[in-house]
Amino acid sequence: MSGYTSDPRIRPQELLPWIIAIAAFFLLPEYLSLGARVLVYILFALSLDLILGYAGIITLGHSAFFGLGAYTAGILGAKYGVTDPFLQLLAAALAAALLGISTGAVILRTKALTLLMLTLAITSIVLEIANKASSLTGGADGLSGVQVAPILGLFKFDLFGRTAFIYCLVALFLGWLLIRRLLYSPFGAMLTGIRENTARMHAVGAPVYWRLVLVYTLSATMAGVAGALLTQVNQFVGLNVLGLEPSGDLLVMLILGGVGRLYGAFVGPVVYLIAQDYLAKQYPEYWYFGIGVLLVVVVLFARGGILGLVDQWWQALSRRSSSARASAR
Amino acid sequence: MVASALETQQLCKSFGALTVADHIDFRLAPGARHALIGPNGAGKTTFVNMLTGAIAPSSGRILLGGEDITKVNQAARVRRGLGRTFQITSLFRKLPVLDNVALGIAERDGVAPRMWKPASKYKEIIDEAAHLLATLGLSADARTPVQDLPYGRQRLVEIAIALGLKPGVLLLDEPAAGVPSQDSGHVLDVLAGLPPDIAILIIEHDMDLVFRFASRITVLVQGQVLVEGAPQEIAADRRVRDVYLGEATHA
Repeated sequence: MSGYTSDPRIRPQELLPWIIAIAAFFLLPEYLSLGARVLVYILFALSLDLILGYAGIITLGHSAFFGLGAYTAGILGAKYGVTDPFLQLLAAALAAALLGISTGAVILRTKALTLLMLTLAITSIVLEIANKASSLTGGADGLSGVQVAPILGLFKFDLFGRTAFIYCLVALFLGWLLIRRLLYSPFGAMLTGIRENTARMHAVGAPVYWRLVLVYTLSATMAGVAGALLTQVNQFVGLNVLGLEPSGDLLVMLILGGVGRLYGAFVGPVVYLIAQDYLAKQYPEYWYFGIGVLLVVVVLFARGGILGLVDQWWQALSRRSSSARASAR
Repeated sequence: MVASALETQQLCKSFGALTVADHIDFRLAPGARHALIGPNGAGKTTFVNMLTGAIAPSSGRILLGGEDITKVNQAARVRRGLGRTFQITSLFRKLPVLDNVALGIAERDGVAPRMWKPASKYKEIIDEAAHLLATLGLSADARTPVQDLPYGRQRLVEIAIALGLKPGVLLLDEPAAGVPSQDSGHVLDVLAGLPPDIAILIIEHDMDLVFRFASRITVLVQGQVLVEGAPQEIAADRRVRDVYLGEATHA
């Protein structure tokens, strides 16, 4: 994946997520609201994979950008009458980019635990601001009554989530195309270099710090867009989009799916949110326990996440079939 | 007199009471084949780290091609033409050999920040990397992850990355360290075949390699330049022999 020796053409199995999503649209009409939420979290997880999986920036504060995007779209739609969905997305993207570049420029001079704590501090600060500025954000009650006009003046957000699902699917598809393009580019190769050996990147003359600020800002922008999508789908924003919890949930999703594999960001949220939905219905008080067990099992038995496991099986299978072919000869 | 490729003036470094570089005046001529030797703890590594910008000197100046680079950071020094190899191999272990070299070339060419066209479509970068690997006898390994290569070949990749930066000055920090003796001949061949316009400073313990490669030698002892001269002068110098035979100067 990525680099000067890899083939950038789209492989057939990379179309699988889109086929599944379109099939889900027709086959599971009663689950489209959950589906739209899954799509939003996939986009959010993709943005995290870009910095964590490829650039090696460890963070517990990615919800700051997601939450800021969510509130930007929400406040515009509820308080300022800016109801055009694309305008809301654009504003959310800009706000998140601004927060990304300004905080990134400060914290990316640090590493490891210091960096982790600083990212956590930033999302905690944003959470506290959202909590206190209740005239704007609704505080702990959340921000309801977010107005979103029909998309292109044609497609109204309906009760069944049909419009929302397609809207999020298109947004995710575009986000995926962008990120994929980026990862296969020299910039993506360079990010992998920083992750693999930062000292060596310095020694070939790379301005590592500026590159990290840049990728952090891009990732923040994408997270902001994901947050705005969530607001538009729910037409509501609550404080639960900010702080440690959503950041931690996101990290769990990515680890479940597989870090640094692009498609881990697809598998993780699907498994996590479906498990959450099911467990919350069956065991309303203990559903986090089920998620915990899932994470422990994956971390113990599948170090590369679910996709890592699939990779291992695939390799074992192809080894067996090639040795079977060899012995048949 | 020609300007020096790399020069230090009164370079000092102390860690508390310990002085590891003591007013070092050093001059690397353009196109030089210069070796820096000295017993363990002489301050060779500290000196190199100051040259590359990994650590800051306590006082003194460093000039690259006549320009003061004392305050210039490590990456910017590389962009100005100061290349290096590491004493302990420092590579992108999981990446193919070709990518290891291409990442450096892309930085030099300013291609690295580009985000749209796939990396594999940058033919000029890939061709240059492949050509460089061919000159070092590494063509067959181009697509192998570096970590799967024997150590001797990894040392060559180290040199290949540095050469890909087209440096005017190249610091080779023990290029043959850890290379099995049957392969060290190959490393020497590679070193002998380096472009003559690159000024090279080699830090090496292997005296055989030093005397075959270098046309000028500086001996560093306890943070000070003990003597500098042509190989035969150094070989004949009594003080150098004393240092290497353990009859140190503090007697």
